[in-house]
Amino acid sequence: MIHPSSSPPVTPYALKGVYKGILKVSVMLALTYALISGLASILPAADYRELPLLGNRVAVWIPAQLHLMFAAFVLGVPIFAVITEIIGAVTKERRYDELAREFTKLLAMAYTVTAVLGCMLLALLVLLYPKFVGYMSELFKPTWLLYIVLIFGEVIVAYLYWYGWDTMQGRYKKWHIALGVLVNLWGTALLFVADAWVTFMMSPSGIDEANHLVSLWDAVANHTWMPINIHRLLANVAFGGAIAAAYAAVRFLNASTDEERARFDWMGYVGSFIAIGAFIPLPFAGYWLGREIYQFSEQMGVSMMGGSFAWLWILQASLIGSLFFAANFYLWLGMGRIPGANRYTKFQVLMILVLALGFLTWATPRSIIATGGEMAAMGGSHHPFLGLFGVMAAKNTAVNLMILTTFMSFMMYRRGNRIPVVPWATVGKALQALVVAVAVGIVLFYGVYSYFVPSLVRIGFSVYQVSAVLGAMAVFVAIDIPLLKGAREIGAIQWGKIAPRAQYALFFMAIVFTLLMGLMGYIRSGIRQYWHVYGRVADESAHAYTMSHGSATLIVSGIVLVFLLLIAGVFALTARQKDKRGDAPAQVALAGEDAR
Amino acid sequence: MVKWTFGLALAVWLAVLATLKLGIQPPIPASVLMLYMVLVTIAILVFVAADETRFGHFVAPLRAVYEGRVPRPVQVAVLVALPALAGWGTWLRVAPNFDAPFEPRVVHPEPPSTFTFNGRTVDQLTLKNPLREGADAESLARHTAAGKTTYYRNCFFCHGDALGGDGHFALALRPIPANFRDVGTISMLQESYVFWRISTGGPGLPNGATPWHSAMPVWQNYLTEEEIWQVILYIYEGSGSTPRTWDEGTGGHDH
Ligand code: HEC
Repeated sequence: MIHPSSSPPVTPYALKGVYKGILKVSVMLALTYALISGLASILPAADYRELPLLGNRVAVWIPAQLHLMFAAFVLGVPIFAVITEIIGAVTKERRYDELAREFTKLLAMAYTVTAVLGCMLLALLVLLYPKFVGYMSELFKPTWLLYIVLIFGEVIVAYLYWYGWDTMQGRYKKWHIALGVLVNLWGTALLFVADAWVTFMMSPSGIDEANHLVSLWDAVANHTWMPINIHRLLANVAFGGAIAAAYAAVRFLNASTDEERARFDWMGYVGSFIAIGAFIPLPFAGYWLGREIYQFSEQMGVSMMGGSFAWLWILQASLIGSLFFAANFYLWLGMGRIPGANRYTKFQVLMILVLALGFLTWATPRSIIATGGEMAAMGGSHHPFLGLFGVMAAKNTAVNLMILTTFMSFMMYRRGNRIPVVPWATVGKALQALVVAVAVGIVLFYGVYSYFVPSLVRIGFSVYQVSAVLGAMAVFVAIDIPLLKGAREIGAIQWGKIAPRAQYALFFMAIVFTLLMGLMGYIRSGIRQYWHVYGRVADESAHAYTMSHGSATLIVSGIVLVFLLLIAGVFALTARQKDKRGDAPAQVALAGEDAR
Repeated sequence: MVKWTFGLALAVWLAVLATLKLGIQPPIPASVLMLYMVLVTIAILVFVAADETRFGHFVAPLRAVYEGRVPRPVQVAVLVALPALAGWGTWLRVAPNFDAPFEPRVVHPEPPSTFTFNGRTVDQLTLKNPLREGADAESLARHTAAGKTTYYRNCFFCHGDALGGDGHFALALRPIPANFRDVGTISMLQESYVFWRISTGGPGLPNGATPWHSAMPVWQNYLTEEEIWQVILYIYEGSGSTPRTWDEGTGGHDH
C-alpha cells in the first residue's frame, strides 16, 4: 500500500481510538450517575451522611488528592510532550519526537485512572455531603455542563493527538503540533473550571448576604482563582517533568545495554530540565497566591502563615530546599560525563556554600522549640541572633540566591563541552559575569536593607529582588545563545556514562514534588477550617475540626505512596502494551527520515 | 586538595559544630542546632558525592579500613569507635534530665473573628484604635502619656521597666512575658490583635495555642476600653516600633 499524499491525516485507526475513548468516558459517567442516584434513593435523606471507619473527610480527601495528582500528571505531560515535540521539529532530532511520543502513549491509561478517581470523588461528595454539594451545583450549574463538554473535547483531541502521531509526521507535523497545543488549551480550560469551584470555597464572591448567586462570573473569578490557576499550571509542568525523569531513572537503572543507558540518561535529563525550569518561577506564583489570600481575609492569611498551619511551612521549606540540593547534585554529577566540564568543578565549593546557607536560613523557624532553660537564656522564644534568619527578608534573599545558583549550574552544564569562538566572546562572558554579579548585589543589598525599614517598605523590596534575578537570568540566556553559536566542541556528551547514584536524585525529586503537592493541597484546603465556603457556609459535620499535624501528614504520606504505586502501575502496563505503530503506510513513509 | 576530601569533610563538619555550639551567645536551642547539623551533614555529603573524583577520595579511607589495608590497630580503633559514637549519641538523647519538656507552641495564634469585651461583641476584623485614627498630635501625646501611667501601674511588673519582657516576675513565669522590643512581638501585630490579647489575656487564647499556660491577666476586668487603647499607644511608642497595617501584609513566612 502506498500512502496517498492527499488523504487526510486522520485515519480510521485514529478515529477508532477516539470512539473508544468517548465510549469509555460515557460509560463511566453513566455508571457514576446510576450509582449515585441509586444509592441516593435508598439512603435516608440527610444534610450529612457518615461513612463508617474512614470517616467522611478522609474518604473524600484521599480520592480528591489522588485525582488531583493524576490530573496534574495528565495536564502536565501534554505540555511537556508538546514542548519536546516542538524542539524535535525545530532541531530535526528524531529522539525528541520519540520521547514526546513515548509520554503521550501514557496518557490513555492515565486519563482512565484520573476519570475513575474523579468519579469516585464525585460519588463520595454527593453521597456524603448532599446538602453542601446541592448548594454548590445549584450555584455553578452552567459550569458543570461546560466541564462535561470540555471533558469530551479533551478526550477527543488527546486521542487524536496520540493516535495521529505516526500518520501525521513529515508535512503534517505542524498540524500535529497544533493538535498538541489544542490538547493543552483544552486541558487548561478544564483546570480553570475546576479551580473556580475550589477557589470559590476558599474566597467566595458573587453571592449576596443570604448566599444566593448574584453573578456567576464574580463567583468564578474570585480572589484566588487566577493565582491558583497559574500556580497549578506551572506546578503541573514541573510535576509531569519530574515523573517523566523518575521513569527514565527506573529504566536507566534496569538497562542492560549502553545504548539503552544512553537513551534513558538523556531522557532523565530532559525531564528534570523541564521540571526545574517550571519549578523556578513557582515560588513567585506562590507569593502572589499568598498575597491574594491575605487580601481576601487577613484571618485566613494569619492562620495559614502564622497560626496553626505555620509548622507545615517549615516542612515545605525543607522539601523545597532538598529539591535544590537534588537538582544541583544531579547536574554536577551529569557534568562528569561532559568532556571539558571539569573547568567548572571549582565553582561547586562556592555554590554548595550558597545552597547550604540558603537552606539553613529557610529552615530557621520563627518561633523556636526550646526548653524552659533555653528560653530563659534567650529572653523569650525569639533568639536575638537566629531571629535575624527567621524573618521573611532573610528567606527571600536566600531563595533568590538559591534559584540563581541552580540556574548557574544549568548554564555551566550547557556550556560544559563548548568553547565560544565568536569574536566578542571575552566581552560576552564578562558581561554575563557582570549581570550575575549585579543581581547578587541587588539581592543582598535589599536583603540587608530590609532590616532597617518598616514592613510597608520591606514588602516592596522582594519585588526588586525577584526582578533582579529574573532579569539576570533572561539577559544571561540572551547573551548565551549567540555566544555559543558555532562554538568549538571539546567532545560529545557521553550519554549513559553518568554515575548510577545520580538517578536516585531523579527519584527523590519526583517523590518530593508529589509530597509537596499533597502537603500544599492539605494546607490550601485546611485553612478553610470549619467552613465549606469560607465565612459563608459552615461545615456542620463531625469532621469540621483541624487535624493534628501528625495525623494530617500521615494521610498525606499515605496518599503519596498510593499515587506512586498507581503511577508505577500505569507505566508498567503501558510498557507491556504492544506498540501498534499507527497505520502501516505511515511506517513506510517514515522509514526514510528515521535516523536510527 | 581533592586527595584530602575525607579529612576536609570531617574537619568542616567539626568546625561548623564548634562554631554553632560555642560561637553564638545566647546558645542556640538544641532543636535548632540539631536541624542545622542535619542540614550541614547533608550538604557535605551532597557535595562530596556530586563528583566522581571527590567521591573516590572520600570513600578511599573507609575502604582502606574495611578492606584491611591499614594497620590492625587502626582498624580495630575505627570498628570500636563508630558503634561507640552511636551509643554515646543515643545515651545523650535518652539520659534523664530535669528540664521542663519541649513546648512547641504557636506564639501568635489566629485571633477569633469576634470576641466579647465586657459583654459587648467586638468585631476583630474591623477593629481600629480610635485614639490613633485621625488624632491630632496633641491628643495622641496626651493619650500616650496616660497609657504610660497605666503601663507602669499595671504591666511593668511583668513586661519590664524598659518594655524588655524582664520585669520582676518575669523569670517565675512560663512562658515568660512578651518582650515588646523584640521585632517578633507587637511590631509584627496589628493594634486590633494587641487589643484582643490585652483584653482577654492568657485565658482568652484559643485551643490552637496550647499547651500554653500564660500568666497574662484578662485586662478587660481591670481597665476601661480607653485605658487599653492608651496603653497600646504607649507600648508602641515606648518600644520604638509601629503597629503592622494590613495593606502591606502579604506576610509570607512570618511565623
Ligand atoms: C502577670 C504578669 C503580666 C502582667 C502584669 C502583664 N502581662 Fe502581658 N504578658 C504576660 C505574659 C506571660 C505574656 C506572654 C504569653 C502570652 O502571650 O500570653 C504576655 C503577653 C502580652 C502581650 C502579647 C504579645 C505578643 O507578642 O503576642 C501583650 C500585647 C501584653 N502582654 C500586654 C500587656 C499589657 C499592656 C499589660 C498591662 C496592662 C500586661 N501585658 C501585663 C504577662 C503579663
